[in-house]
Parts: sequence; structure tokens; C-alpha cells
Amino acid sequence: MAFLHGATATHSGPKSGLKSRSYTPYLLLAPGLIWLVTFFIIPIFSLASTSTMVRPEGAQIGTYVQELRFQNYVDAFVANQDQYIRSFVYAGIATILALAIAYPLAYMIAFKSGKYRNILLVLVVAPFFTSFLLRTVAWTQILGDEGPVISTLKLLPFVDESIRLTATPFAVVSGLTYNFLPFMTLPLYASLERIDPRTLEAAGDLYANGFTTFRKVTVPLSMPGVVAGTLLTFIPAAGDYVNAALLGNPNTKMIGNVIESRFFAVVDYPTAAALSFTLMATILILVTLYIRRSGTDELV
Amino acid sequence: MTTIAPPMPSLSHRASRWFSRNLIRIYATVAFIYLFIPVAYTFAFSFNDAGKSNLVWQGFTLDNWKNPCGAPQVCQAVVNSIEIGLISTIIATILGTMIAFAIGRHRFRGRSSTNLLIFLPMATPEVVLGASLLAMFLNLRINPGFWTIVIAHVMFCISFVVVTVKARIASLDPRLEQAAMDLYANERETFRHVTLPLVMPGIAGAALLAFSLSFDDFIITNFNSGTVSTFPKFVYVSAARGIPAQANVIGSSMFFIALIIVIVGQVVSRQRKKN
Repeated sequence: MAFLHGATATHSGPKSGLKSRSYTPYLLLAPGLIWLVTFFIIPIFSLASTSTMVRPEGAQIGTYVQELRFQNYVDAFVANQDQYIRSFVYAGIATILALAIAYPLAYMIAFKSGKYRNILLVLVVAPFFTSFLLRTVAWTQILGDEGPVISTLKLLPFVDESIRLTATPFAVVSGLTYNFLPFMTLPLYASLERIDPRTLEAAGDLYANGFTTFRKVTVPLSMPGVVAGTLLTFIPAAGDYVNAALLGNPNTKMIGNVIESRFFAVVDYPTAAALSFTLMATILILVTLYIRRSGTDELV
Repeated sequence: MTTIAPPMPSLSHRASRWFSRNLIRIYATVAFIYLFIPVAYTFAFSFNDAGKSNLVWQGFTLDNWKNPCGAPQVCQAVVNSIEIGLISTIIATILGTMIAFAIGRHRFRGRSSTNLLIFLPMATPEVVLGASLLAMFLNLRINPGFWTIVIAHVMFCISFVVVTVKARIASLDPRLEQAAMDLYANERETFRHVTLPLVMPGIAGAALLAFSLSFDDFIITNFNSGTVSTFPKFVYVSAARGIPAQANVIGSSMFFIALIIVIVGQVVSRQRKKN
């Protein structure tokens, strides 16, 4: 929970509590930053380099040489534009659904839970303690053709015998919504909890009714949480391939599925790299625009 | 106009207020049920007398809990996950805490680029992190395996450790440290006896977070694991032909162990506050 507080909190500069010798901060920073540069920044360049490689004719599978072939990007995008667009559409719908489910939940925990607040917060995170994959597999069985939901639905007179829930876009979007729900709830809670109740009372004193207070005071004050929550949901959802692989069908494949299969099944590293790079660039642009628009630069 | 006492809220008004107040409680209950459905399902099917395919309820048994290693390879995968999780947690917690102290307690050039470098891995989809690391390992002709998983896990855990510990440092009252200095503690003593103990809950929380992120990671691991199996990878690979009930036993145990750790942590911190 604390990390989400951190993600949304406004940090003033360093506290002037301690003096420091000038080189101390660099010694503290060096090991971690070197790790991040070596295993995050350099790999990104490696990925960029791989994305323009070409397999020489007659070469072994998995052997590529650098030819700066930028056409790879065009080829990769044209061949996979459906999955590409689908990823953003599914992630967008899942983010909106998660926001709709999580906002009232976070509101309830922040304002109406009284002494049970900490227990409820633990309950929001607790499903996370069971493996993400086990929970997704559980959904495939619950929604599956022999699962309890389908059996119950089939008892209803007006339901078609051939009804299916798994292997549908519905199942993939539900899986995405479910899996990233705590990422939405916790930052929302963090920003709602920080609202001074006196601001809400003040709105009431100025003759705002409950709904107006909510719309004009609560929602604007919770915007940092909305921004953090939607980002923490949208980014992993757009790159996810587990939900589409387990809950979907070949027509619900997302860009993550393509990248995975290009790497492992097809051994086509340049296409996989080009797709990964395009995905990252698109997300970074969207995130930057979104943060600018919502006026919360505190995240960085 | 004379001021008069506000009229008693009418019955319908009170009823609607009661309803709206409880509507959100009802809503929250439904939301929590939704959150826990797959957890409950996983727990229930850990008692399934399933044989090989744990898809349909076959009858109650305790065998899976008595023999959690009964399914082939499941325990090796769990042992790998725990080892990777512990090593990655230790490294990431140390490196991340050092960065958090540098950011929270020192002035230095390059602060905003440091913050950006911390933020970027969290804003990058896992599939890109995994694919780029693998691209580098392939270009360097390094075969992925146990240590490449550790490298990857440390990389994505550092940022989460930094933000967790940084938040704790930012919430400290600087006057406590000033008081220690006023009482002639030098910088090092102040750090050891005042700052570090106060930040410790944040560091512990960060370590728990790092371990759970590492233990539960699938996408980045899948790219950089070669032939090494981890628990999430085991579940993914066996999902096609049905997951053995022993995996449900392990998933449920993890759930209860983590729950106990969190509850004990909450109780301890509450007791400390009282004293």
C-alpha cells in the first residue's frame, strides 16, 4: 500500500535534516542505478538494434545480422494491426470497468469503513497472495463449458444451449478487469483517504447537496488517484498475454501473444522486437499525454 | 426573517439516506465476493480427489495437502521460485533502499533523471521488459537460466522498493533527527539509532512487496528463464492439460502464509503505536 502512497504523494525536496558530504548520494545511488542502466536501459537499445536485423539467406534459425531494415516495423505493424488495436481497446475497456468497480469500493473503505478500514485494505490485496496465474486458471474453470456459471445459465429457459463464456472477448476483458483491480483500488483509496473531511463539510455548508459535493469536491480531489490507478491498470493490461492465452480464442489475441509467439514459437526476433518497441513507444506517448492533460506531474 | 431550527428530515428522506449509506456497503460486499471467487475456487479444488485433471469435482480428499509434492515437478518449481524470490528480494531491497535514502535525504545533481529512471520500468509493460532483456542476452550469446531470472527480478523490483521506502522517509518528522543531533549524536549515530529504526517498517514492507512480485511474476520470467521452471511458469505450462490439485495446495498455502504475515505486521505496528 505504501508504494501507492508514494506513487501519488507530492514529494517536496529533500528535508534539510541532515548535512551530507557531496559524494555520499552518488555512492548510495550508484549500485542500483548501474543495475537499472545495465538491465533496463541497455536492453532497450538491444531491443531497438534487434528490431532492424535481418536473417541472412540460408542462415540457421535464430541467426540475425544488423542491416538497419526499418521496413521491419512496417511489416510487423501491417501483419499484426488487429492484435495491436485490440490490445489497446481491451485494455481501455478493462481500465474503465475497473475504475467503475473500484471507485465505490475505495470510497467505501476511505469514508464508511470506520474501525474495519485496515482489515478491508488487507482484503483488497489478499487475492493477490494466490498466484495471478492460478486465479486466471480458476476463472477459466468457473466460466468454462463445464463450470458452474454455464451449468446454471443453461437451466434458464431462454438461454441457448450453445452458450459459451470462455474463448470470448468478454472473458478476456473480464480477466483483465479482475486481475488489475487492486492496482486501481489502492491508489484511489490513497487519494480519497487524504481528503480533509472539512472540505466536504464546507461544501455542505455552502448548500451543495450530496451529489454536487461528490462531483465538485470529492472527484476533483481524488484525481491523482484516478490517474495513478488508470495507469497502473492500463499499462500492464495492454501488454498482458496471459488472460488472452487462457481465457480467449485465436481471434482475441493481443499484441503480447504475438510478441511471445514470435520469440518462442516462430523464432522471429526482429518482428518481436519491432512490435515490443512500438508497444512501448505508444504507451509512453499515451501516458505522457494523459499525465499532461490531467495536470498531475507528481507521478514522476 | 427569524432563524428557526431546521425541520426534522422527513421519513422518506431518512429512508433514502439509510439506503444510500448502506447501498455502498452492499456494493462493497458484492465487490469483495467477486474478488475472492477465484481464491475460494482454488482453495476448494485443492481438496478435489482429482487424479490428473482437476477440472471437475470428483470428491473430497486430504491427500493433496498431505503430499503437496505428489505431482511431478511442482515442488522443484516452487523451490526455484522461493530461491529466486529470496535472492532477488535481498539485492533489490538493499539497492532500492540506498537509492531511496539518496533521494529522500540528500541533494544531488541529476535528481529528475534519477526519478525518471526509477519510474520508467514501472511504466513499461512486462512483455517489453522481458523481451528487451532476452534480446540483450541473445545478442551477448548468454543462455537464459536461473541467474538471468534473478537479474530480471531485481531490475523490476528496485523501483517498487524505492517508492515504498521513499514514501516512508518522506513521512518521517525531520525534528526527530534534529533532536538526536541536538543531543550530540553524530551523523552516523543518528542514522543508526533514529533514522534507520524509523524507516525499518518501510524497508520490511518493500521487501515483502519485492518477494511477492518476484514469486508471482510470470511474463518477464517466461522470457528469461530458458528451461528453468518457476511456480507461475509451471501453472501456465500445465494449464493446457489441467493443473494438478497440488498446485492449488501451494497457491492456497501461499495465500494463508501471506495473510498471516500481513496480519501479524498490522498487530505489531498497532502495539508499537500504543506504547
